[in-house]
Amino acid sequence: MSQSLLYNVLIPVTKAVVCFLVVALVAGVLTLIERRVLAALQIRKGPNRVGWNGALQWLADVVKLITKEDHVPSKAEKVVHLLAPLLVMAPALTVFAVLPFGPDFSVTLPWIGKVTTPVHAAADVNVALLLLLAVSSIGVYGIILGGWGSNSKYALVGGLRSAAQLISYEVPMGFAVVAAILMANSLSLVAIIEAQRKAGVWFVFPGLIAFFCYFVSGVAETNRIPFDLPEAESELVAGFHTEYSGFRWAIFFLSEYANMIVISTVATTLFFGGWLRPFPNVAWLGFLDVVPPMAWLLLKVCLFLFVYIWFRGTFPRYRFDQLMALGWKALLPISLGNLVLVAFAALWGAAGLRVLGAVLTVAFAGGLLWARLRPARPRGTTSMAGRPAEVRV
Amino acid sequence: MTDETNDTKPPVPPEPQAPAPDAAAKPAPARPAAAAEGAPAAPAPAGVTGATGNTGAAAAAPKPAAPKPPAAPPKPAGPKPTDASDKPLVKALAEAVPGAVAAASEFVGELTIDVPPEKLVDACRHLCARESFTYLVDLTAVDWKERKPRFDVVLWLHSFARGNERVRLRVAVGEGESCPSVTGVWPAANWLEREVFDLYGVPFGGHPDLRRILTWDGFQGHPLRKDFPVEGIDTGAAIYPEAYPEGGGPGGKDPNRKVLS
Amino acid sequence: MSEGTPGTAALVPPPEEPTLLGLHEMELNFGPQHPATHGVLRVVLKVDGERIVSARPDVGYLHRGTEKLFETETYPMVIPHTDRMDYVAAATNNHAYCLAVEKILGVEVPKRAQYIRVLLDEMQRVSSHLLWLATAAIDLGAITPFFYTFREREVILDLFEEYCGARLTLNCMRIGGLPVDLTPGWVERTQAFFETLEAKIDEYEDLLTENRIWKERTVGIGVLAADRCVAWGVTGPVLRAAGVAWDVRRALPYECYPELEFDIPVGKNADTYDRYLVRVAELRQSRRIALQCCDWLAKNPEGEIRGKVPRVIKPAAGMAYASVEAPKGELGFFLVSSGANKPYRLHVRAPSFVNLQSLPEMIRGHLVSDLVAVIGTYDIVLGEVDR
Repeated sequence: MSQSLLYNVLIPVTKAVVCFLVVALVAGVLTLIERRVLAALQIRKGPNRVGWNGALQWLADVVKLITKEDHVPSKAEKVVHLLAPLLVMAPALTVFAVLPFGPDFSVTLPWIGKVTTPVHAAADVNVALLLLLAVSSIGVYGIILGGWGSNSKYALVGGLRSAAQLISYEVPMGFAVVAAILMANSLSLVAIIEAQRKAGVWFVFPGLIAFFCYFVSGVAETNRIPFDLPEAESELVAGFHTEYSGFRWAIFFLSEYANMIVISTVATTLFFGGWLRPFPNVAWLGFLDVVPPMAWLLLKVCLFLFVYIWFRGTFPRYRFDQLMALGWKALLPISLGNLVLVAFAALWGAAGLRVLGAVLTVAFAGGLLWARLRPARPRGTTSMAGRPAEVRV
Repeated sequence: MTDETNDTKPPVPPEPQAPAPDAAAKPAPARPAAAAEGAPAAPAPAGVTGATGNTGAAAAAPKPAAPKPPAAPPKPAGPKPTDASDKPLVKALAEAVPGAVAAASEFVGELTIDVPPEKLVDACRHLCARESFTYLVDLTAVDWKERKPRFDVVLWLHSFARGNERVRLRVAVGEGESCPSVTGVWPAANWLEREVFDLYGVPFGGHPDLRRILTWDGFQGHPLRKDFPVEGIDTGAAIYPEAYPEGGGPGGKDPNRKVLS
Repeated sequence: MSEGTPGTAALVPPPEEPTLLGLHEMELNFGPQHPATHGVLRVVLKVDGERIVSARPDVGYLHRGTEKLFETETYPMVIPHTDRMDYVAAATNNHAYCLAVEKILGVEVPKRAQYIRVLLDEMQRVSSHLLWLATAAIDLGAITPFFYTFREREVILDLFEEYCGARLTLNCMRIGGLPVDLTPGWVERTQAFFETLEAKIDEYEDLLTENRIWKERTVGIGVLAADRCVAWGVTGPVLRAAGVAWDVRRALPYECYPELEFDIPVGKNADTYDRYLVRVAELRQSRRIALQCCDWLAKNPEGEIRGKVPRVIKPAAGMAYASVEAPKGELGFFLVSSGANKPYRLHVRAPSFVNLQSLPEMIRGHLVSDLVAVIGTYDIVLGEVDR
């Protein structure tokens, strides 16, 4: 067998299939995890009937959704209505092609011999970040078309909200990503991780502001609480997927979870050293290498996913104009200003990054400490009218 | 359950429930023997179509006063309305809006002023602006089926400035006549008047948006009128005339179906 | 809708704003089946983008002809029907109805029964406000407070169940008093519950009161100033949030309220946030009243629970109106008696119904998202609106 066939066809296809299956599986399991975590936040039990303590609940849900009626409204734009979920799903899965999950990985296969390949679905593309931003923003078409094609006003409003929201938050997200690129001098995700090893510091420290901007935008991009306006169930019934049912609805649902995984993985890669262990250059922490790189990545991604769920359990939902104001009036200027800061630090090299990181970390810790120590705000107070009802109208 | 309903306050047409303190016997319910049931239908005037009314509405005693009720037992005597036309509020109203006070009475501590329909809005403006009855608590109607002006529209006003004083206005409105709307005085009257219009069929002149509110738009009939059957009517006929011809809707053929009133 | 909101059209002419970009307004049918309308309320919206140009509430989807039914039932038989109006606050419905009948009958309710009635009322108020808090938070996307408030509401419902056998449609009062005396230990359990409630209320406040998003969504939303509240007949927490310290319990005292100490919380800004604060403060005040009642009942474990009521209740002919402070506002029963054993006419002055009228004025110019907040802030129950 020729090497080129092996390296250009067989291995990528295998990896793609594995990646697809794993992502679908993880997205499914994530729904279960989300429900259990939310339940824990909400003093209740969550699904605990199917399988051991509800462990198979997600499988039951999948079966239920597949067997449900796939309903298309009679006045809907049929083709668009049917294709829209795929248009959302495809980009969500495509971006996994460029996400690095670990360093090069060798395996000895029978008949073929030793094969070394990076743990990617496809390849280490040198413009991976660009590709990632470009592809993931295509997903919005699916949402708009799904909302429009349903011929429902709620869906339409949901689709429009989604369009405005996604486009607005692409901008601060882009600037946040640029900060990471500046620090690493590369668009390649693998190079960014390697740069963090070389700098000896996760980019989250010098890029603290960029990280927050990125993650907030990421939450908005994935339409999650507190930015879940496109599907705000108490306002728009279910937003853009109001008229969807059965497995097409499930595809929207899965895409949302796949997108959450993407955002978490990219955040990990750009700012938390990808598969690197904490403080990759500190020698005495070498015992941490016992944990394989992919496990580190998984751990960090899970942490972000938990934060997603935590948000959902904690926050109310923003209003549309407030969401826009946050995006354009807060995140955009902050991420732009941060870009300047990071650019100067990066000019100075690794030392600059360390200094900036130290300063930001201290400031952040100080802020937390201050928030903790300052006197508690008074609880919401109303004035109390005592005995006589004095107010006259 | 159909306990006889005795006279429903035999109305003296123009000023319902005239204060007339002398009429000791008047409100004293006739209570023509608990025998009730079968018999009472007999005295029922023409309008009442027979059947055992369990609306408790039927069989109002004959119009003029109540000379014949047999030996009104003093059992449910209870409180009696007393004349209250010398209250300062009533006097002030009569002075400010001549002809606005047809009668005034007090019952269980509640002041009721009878107002002729044509003076209602003026009286309300006076009460709202001068007497600070700024809050319209309630507006509803009562159907006195046998009485001549058939309906009483009842307003219940509240004043914050007068130490939470309340006063009731009562307007007698005949069937098919219109009652002036007080939405111009209290916006709160809006839905309450619509409700009366919907359930009693009393139109309100000058109401900005007089539509049915609780029943649906195509509904025919006014459910709270005493002659509206409790078990409802064939509403299907109005929507699907071809499927449910008049009288042939769900339950139309039910032999046990009672037509009340 | 040419003249948009009924009533307001004539009184407060809606501003004729040109739509953005000169586009057509979209008519959006909000409800009657919608997650955030708390039942079957329908609001026909004209929206310009997301901005509401006009709103026209359409009620009646839950109309059951309760007032017609009242006229066919004897006086005691009416009580269970009153449960079904504001079905999350049945005790206050029972109470208002009983007061109206007692007013004509002239029955004196024994002291012990008064205290138990007030205690039941206040428990009902707490449970109703907790339900409101839960749903209002969910409407704005905060799903967690729901479970915390229901934890406490559950205890109250258990206590109700122990007292009268029902959790929701309580049927827990009788003309002249109460159906049954308290079960042994009930007062202590109730007291223990209310002792712990304060800390629980703090928990809800931790989740919401200073939450930035919560404040952004509620501060300045749905303002209805005091004079407009009065003009529209709006009562209850909405009126008090506008700064009017008016509460039927204080203004037109009934039962033993004059003997109890409590404050009337009032807001300043008449917006959704102040209504939230007022309701939370009312939770604390209700707790205070309930604890006083528990104290009194613990000291007076014996006593009559029904006044002298004739076997067959036939109030004298006449009309009477009695009202209580229900969780939603002034709940009144207007009773016309013809001297028979059935009400000749019984009209319910439902606070939800009267309050809801002001929706078009409150919502004008806001966004669709705010409609959800504003509908939530009324705390309407459609069973009561449509009767």
